[in-house]
This record gives sequence, structure tokens and C-alpha cells, in this order.
Amino acid sequence: MNPETTIKLALALPLAVVATTVFFGERQRNLRESFTLLGGVALFLAVALLVPAVTSGDRPATTLFEMIPGLAIAFEVEPLGMLFALVASGLWVVTTCYSIGYMRAHHEEHQTRFFTCFAIAIFAAIGAALAANMFTLFVFYEVLTLSTYPLVTHHGTEAARKGGRTYLGILLFTSVAFLLMAVVWTWMIAGTLDFRPGGILAGKADNTALCALLGLYVFGTGKAALMPFHRWLPAAMVAPTPVSALLHAVAVVKVGVFTVMKVAVYIFGIDLLKTTGISVWLMYVAGATILLASLVALTKNNLKARLAYSTISQLSYIVLGAMLANSWGVIGGSMHIAMHAFGKITLFFCAGAIYITAHKTEISDMRGIGRTMPFTTFAFLLGSLSVIGLPPFGGSWSKWYLALGATEAYQWPLVAVLMISSLLNIAYLMPIVVRGFFFAPVDGPEQPKMNEAPLLCVVPLCVTAVGSLALFFFADDVYQLLLPITLGSVP
Amino acid sequence: MEQHLPVLLIITPLIAAPLCVLVRQRVAVFGLALAVCWAVFAMAIMLLARVLDSGEITYQLGGWAAPWGIEYRIDTLSAFVLLFVSGIGAVVLSFAPHSIAREIRKDQHYLFFTEYLLCLTGLLGITITGDLFNLFVFLEISSLSAYALISLGARGGVPKTRRALIAAFHYLVMGTIGATFILIGIGLLYMMTGTLNMADMAVRLRETVEINGSFKQVNETRTVLVAFAFLSVGISLKMALFPLHMWLPNAYTYAPSVVTAFLAATATKVSVYILLRLIFTIVGAGFAFERLPLDTELMVLSMIGIVVASVTAIFQTNIKRMLAYSSVAQIGYIALGISFASPDGLTGAIVHLFNHALIKGGLFLAMGCLVLRLGSTELDDMRGIGRRMPWTMFAWVVGGLGLIGVPTTAGFISKWYLISAALERGWWPVAVLVLLSSLLAVAYVWRVVEAAYFQDAPEQHAEVTEAPVVMLIPTYALIGATIVFGLWTSVSAGVARQAAELLLEVTP
Repeated sequence: MNPETTIKLALALPLAVVATTVFFGERQRNLRESFTLLGGVALFLAVALLVPAVTSGDRPATTLFEMIPGLAIAFEVEPLGMLFALVASGLWVVTTCYSIGYMRAHHEEHQTRFFTCFAIAIFAAIGAALAANMFTLFVFYEVLTLSTYPLVTHHGTEAARKGGRTYLGILLFTSVAFLLMAVVWTWMIAGTLDFRPGGILAGKADNTALCALLGLYVFGTGKAALMPFHRWLPAAMVAPTPVSALLHAVAVVKVGVFTVMKVAVYIFGIDLLKTTGISVWLMYVAGATILLASLVALTKNNLKARLAYSTISQLSYIVLGAMLANSWGVIGGSMHIAMHAFGKITLFFCAGAIYITAHKTEISDMRGIGRTMPFTTFAFLLGSLSVIGLPPFGGSWSKWYLALGATEAYQWPLVAVLMISSLLNIAYLMPIVVRGFFFAPVDGPEQPKMNEAPLLCVVPLCVTAVGSLALFFFADDVYQLLLPITLGSVP
Repeated sequence: MEQHLPVLLIITPLIAAPLCVLVRQRVAVFGLALAVCWAVFAMAIMLLARVLDSGEITYQLGGWAAPWGIEYRIDTLSAFVLLFVSGIGAVVLSFAPHSIAREIRKDQHYLFFTEYLLCLTGLLGITITGDLFNLFVFLEISSLSAYALISLGARGGVPKTRRALIAAFHYLVMGTIGATFILIGIGLLYMMTGTLNMADMAVRLRETVEINGSFKQVNETRTVLVAFAFLSVGISLKMALFPLHMWLPNAYTYAPSVVTAFLAATATKVSVYILLRLIFTIVGAGFAFERLPLDTELMVLSMIGIVVASVTAIFQTNIKRMLAYSSVAQIGYIALGISFASPDGLTGAIVHLFNHALIKGGLFLAMGCLVLRLGSTELDDMRGIGRRMPWTMFAWVVGGLGLIGVPTTAGFISKWYLISAALERGWWPVAVLVLLSSLLAVAYVWRVVEAAYFQDAPEQHAEVTEAPVVMLIPTYALIGATIVFGLWTSVSAGVARQAAELLLEVTP
């Protein structure tokens, strides 16, 4: 199969899953979910099939059709998108297993709608990952926003309505008011929206305009949750936990930072950012977000809310990496997309497992949870360590490269920010584990019986926890995959 | 046969209309009207294909040569407008039977079909004719039948009020003022040029004549200026350009759903077509935009209109009225596109004629489904309806997304062109306003979404079921089209671009 067909297949598979999900519906839910799993595995394989071509330097591309004359829906696989597509499709399979366990154990309603929207969201994430131009990326970005709204508001309660309103309001506002403006503006001054190595904007406008344009892009990508447009992320935590796990640790938020990274590397070009210095102010916005969000996370007693603020903080690492505009920063940021995905999805899985088994959402109630749910709590420990960035976990590499990037840019305050933030990560994640393992349960016997979540929940979270450990050892492969995106830039 | 298509397109519905009165029997009348509408749509497709293939078509009515006889003249723009007006006409009529059974008294059904066909004839006639007075005649045919169509909502209407009569009367008064202005304008132009043929008039307006001893072009005379003023105000009234839109909300709210869907999708659009003809074919863009500040006027009024109407829409509790205010805002987008007087802007305006016709037509058809089951258009009655009428509400939501202009819907395509046109001119505030106004659309669309999906149904609507399939099919035909034309734009935007370039006389 040639790579062009594989790209089309990768886009068609989630849609096929949508069709089978709707077709089988609630009545044959085993078949419905078998096909979801099957589609997920096939999607991952299809994406993986593209890897050899990309590592050998090819850029498989295909154009579907022109939506507006001159503006095509087109796809091109380059290393950054390759990595993101791999992560998203791989974790979709794991999350599907988890969702089946979670949704059934929790007797959730509207499961068909849930799995349908889930598949559409993955379709959008894959489309965004493989997009060959900013226009295609924008279209999929918006499809993702809308397809996740029913997931966020899944419970249909008053709280869900409010959360959904914030979610949609901020994401639509930023993308329509800023991002769309930035896209049309780029189209006007550059005459193209293609992602090209080295960027398309060099010499097209003066620095003030470019600075404004970059601001529009970075703040317009509301999904990157840069402060002050971060409120949607905690609001979206009203969603069922599998949604929070995949969408708000992987697909949605990562599409956001992925967009920022793509814009920095392929629209502006690293060199342009570095020589003009137009991204410096955004480095500090990202740095401030890293610290502030970590501090807010400390104050949250609700586990999902704490994880949400932790995500906001970690996303800004990636934005910071992009804005540092040197190869270490870009590679570190891109790598963090994968590393953080594995770590954070583990944490969310654990939060969901604790919720459906022990019905606990508040951290203060989770004392002694390690005695009843040892696997879950241990996985939580592993995920936490990766998010903090301690060896031997994947997160240590990305943070290492980010620190190198900040040093190379002579941004000493930002190096300090990275260090302080790691300490804050320890402060807000470790107490949960410590309480779980070493504190006595709130009520009940001192040594309660083991009462783990359903197997379909525990296995996925162990898999992702082990994954974040394994990424430490495979970091070089990721590094080699990503290296070409910085080529051509001044070292 | 083939060369007589232009006239067949008009006389088929024109003859069928009185036949409906003679037949009277409801099923037969419906069958006749339906056959005629689809036949007209087929003819419009053939005409568009021919125009795209071989350029402008002219047809001399009765064989009388052009400046003296009436001439039908079909270029890309008119073929495009004919296409979607007849298409909407056919789809909406297919939707009609169940809906009018609920909303119009049974003994008036044959009147509905008669007036519907007459209105369609008038709208198609305006679009096809190359003769200014003939245009006025068709305008009156369509307007009078529209007044009558709206007033049908007074008896057996839903909700049970007779306010449709007042709405229709209000529209009649305002519409007649507009038509009178247009007639005065036409009269003055005729006085100055001695012709009613648009193409001929365009030539004669540029001729040099001697007036009071000095030589100047005809279009430099004050009479022509006055004529233009009358015409543009009259047409603006007809197209409900802010602040001349006062007739529209009530008319759309109290008319039967089918009528609202048809008029909202076609009537104001055809009025915009007249404005385009006036500006670009008759007096010329240079006259309207350089000698006279029509572009500035259109821009300012449309921008105010977009904001005011969108904000007003947010506060409506009657959803039909909310959509009506949204229509006023959308007309603003179209007028804004015209005011740019650039290929991108005009493409945006023309393609939005088409896209908005589909979106609003689809939305009002979905409203028709809701009215059938709920007997109300109030937001309060729509609570919890998302679970009871999932298909209808899904269509409504997709239409609403089109109004907002999210990517992959037709509304996005229009918005893209408008924003590009604004940035091309360097008019930043305009671009910002277009973007922000789509957020206002989010506000009014989402009120309905939240009511329909997040609130519990009131008790009296606990037993409500989904609308019949025969109504859902036409609704989805239009709503589906908004997605199709949001992805595949070679017909919509492609033809609109060609029409815009022909109007601006730039070679592609």
C-alpha cells in the first residue's frame, strides 16, 4: 500500500467506526464496541505504516479536494504530525478499552452518542495531525471543538450545561476572533497557507505586524490553554473521565499545542522567530502560565480539577518550547507532547478508576486508597513521576531539552521557572500518592480488602504507566524522528 | 424546445397558478404544483448549464427585438439565482402538505398553492428579465402573492392569533412604499433614456447630451441621481436592509412555516439581485460607488444592522422571530460584501445569497416540524425537545452551526470571502466585526441548543414524537446541502466568483 492511500485510510477508519457505532447502536453494544476497538487498532497500524517513510526522509502527501479555490484540504506527513498521530491513535485504543470498562461499570447513558463523538474527535485529531496547510488544520481544529461538546456535556445536567458553555464559549471565541483572523491574514500576506520548512512569512511583513500575528495565533489556539484563555479546561472536567483522559490530556489540548508548534516551525519558521525576537513576550506569558497554573493546582482538592490545572501548566511547557525558537526548545516541546500524554492520561485513568470503584472525587477523602486499589495507586505514582520529570520516566527527557533550550536562549528566568515548576509538580502530585499508601483510610478497617476497578479499567492504566516508563528508554527514537524539523535552522 | 427554456421557466408556473384555482381539489392541486416546481427546477439547472457552457443567453419575448420588445437575459448571476430560488421552491413545496394541514385552514389550501406558484413566478421573473418595467411587474406579482401567503397564517394558524393579518398588512404598506419608490425610479430613468431595456439603458446613461447649453453625460444629470436614490431606497426596503427591515420580523413570525421558509430563503435574496443589477449592470459601479457614496452607506448600515439585529435576536423568546432577526443580520453580510466592490467581496455576497438561502430555508423547515408537533414557536416550549424530536433538532443544530459559520458548513465559505475582502482592503475593523458577529450568532443559536438538550420538557409536551419522515426528507435536503456546499464549493463559490467577475467586468 502506498503512503498516499495509507493517509486516506487513516482518515477513513475513524469515520468507519462512526458508521458502525451508529449502525449497531445500543442494542448490539458488544458488536459496537468490538468495531470501535478494531477500528482503533487498524488506525494505529495505518499510522504506524507511515513511520518508515517519514524516518527515511519522505513526506507522503495527498490532496483531497479544494474547499475554496486555492485552499485545499490536503495532508502531508512530517515528523511532528507523525509523532502526534502515533500518540493520539495509540492512546485511542487504550482509552477505548478503558471507556468500555468505565461506561459499563458506571451505567452511563447515551453510550452510542458517546462512542460516535469520540470517533469523530479522533478523526479530527488525526486530520489535524496530518494537515498539510493551516487551512486544513483550522477546519479540523473546529471539528474537534464541536464534536467534543456533546462529550463534555454528556451528563446533560445543569453543571454540564454550564461547563459546556464555558468550554464552547472560550474555544469558539478564541478560534473565531483570533485564529481565523490570523489564518486569513496569513493567507493575504503570504499567498499560501502551506506548512513549509523554514516558514512562509519571512520578509512578508514588518516585525510589529508579525508580532501581532504571532499573538493572534498563540492566543487564538485556545486549546493550548495559555492564560488568560485557560478557563475552559477545568470547566470541561464535568465530562466523564475517559473523555477527560483522552481529550483533555491527549487529543484536544495536544491539538492546541501542536498547532502552536506547527505555526512556530512551519508558518513563521524558527529562524524568523529567533532573529526578530517577536516571540520573547510569549515565552514569559507561557512561563507565567506554568507557575500560576501549578500554584492553582496546589489549592484544588478535587482530583480532576487538580489534574486540569496541572495540564494547563504542562501545556505551557510546550508553548514555551515553541516560543524559545531554537532546536532544543522545539524538540523538547514536541517531545513533551508525547511524554506528557502518557503521564497525564495515566493520572486521569486513575482518577476515573478511583471514582467508579470508591466513588471518591476529593483528594482529602483518598486516604488509604492505595490499600484497596494498589495497582491504580501505583500507576498513579508512575504517571506522577513522569509528569514531574524524574528519571527513569519519559517526562525527564522533554524537560531536560526544554531546560537546554531556555539556557541556549539565555532566558535564565525561564530556566528558573522550569525548575520551580518541577518542585511544584512534586508538591501537588506526591501528596496524593503518599496519602494513598501511608495514611489510614477515612473510615472502615485498617487493612481493608483489595477492591480494584474493573479489569478493563486497570489494564489500560497500567499499560500507559508502563508506557511512560518505556518512553524513557525509547526517547532517542523520538529524538531522531523529530530531529529533521529543526534542520536548516541556525543551531 | 431548448431555445424556449427561458420563457417556459416563467409561464409554466404562471399558467399552473390559475389552474390550481380551477381544480381546487387539494391532492390534485398539490400534485400539479409539485410537478411544476420540480420541472422549473430542472429547467433552471439546464439554463445554468447552458450559461456556464456558452455564456449569456438572450430571449426575445414574442419575437419582438430587444429595445422595443421585452427581452429575457440570463447571465451567470441570474442563472445562479434562478437555480437556488427554483430549487428552494421545489424542496419547500415538497415539505408543505403536512405542515399546511396543521397551519392553514383546509378550504384555503388551493389558495396557498396558487399564491405559492405566483410568488415563485414573480421571483423567477425578476431574475430572468432584462426589462426594467417587466421587472417591476414581476416584483408586484411576487409581493402581492407574498402578502396573501403571509395572511394565510391568520386562520387556523399556529399560534392561534390573527396577528398574521396585521403583519401582512404592515408588509403590504412597507412593500408598496418600496415598490412605489422603485416605480418612480424606473419612471425617471425612462424619462431620461427613453428605454426600459437594462442593457440599452446602461449604454444610454453614458451618452453625452446637451442640457441647458452644456454638454454632459446623461448619468450626470440630477434626474438620474434622484432616480437612483429612489431605486436604491426602494430596493433596500424590499431586501430588509437595516433600518428598513421593520416589516420583516412580524411577517416571518406569523406566516405559516412553509411560507416563512420560502420567503426567507428567496424573497429578500431576489431583492438583493435587483440591487446588484441596478448597481453593476445599469448605472455601473463607478457611478454608484465613486460618484455616489453607496458603498460607504451600505457598509455602515450593514455593519450597524449586523450588530443590532444579532443582539436583538439574542433576546427573542419566539424562535421564528429570532431567526427573522438573524435574517436581517445576514442581509447585512450580503450588503457588506457588495460594499467592498471587489471580486472577493462580491463573491462573498453572491455566495452568501445562496448559502444563506439554504441555511435559513433548512432552519425554517425544521421550525415547521417543531410547529407541527408542538404547536408553538416559543423557546419555552422547545425545552427538552432534543430527546423527543432528535432528527429535527439535529437538523436545527446543523443549520445553526451554518449561521455561526463554523468550518465545513456553507456559512464558513461566505465568511471566509468577506473577511478576505475586508483584509484585502485593509479594513481591519470590518473584519473584526464580521468575526465578532459570528459570536453573537453563537449566543442566539446556543440558547436554543441548551433549552432543547439540557432542560426538561414541560408536561404538556411529554408525549411529543418525531416529525413524519416526509417532512424530514426536505428538511435534510436543505440542511445536508449546507454541509455539501460547505465542503464542495465549485458550484456555489465557483459560479459566484464567475458572476462577480462578470459584474465587475474583470477578466479572470
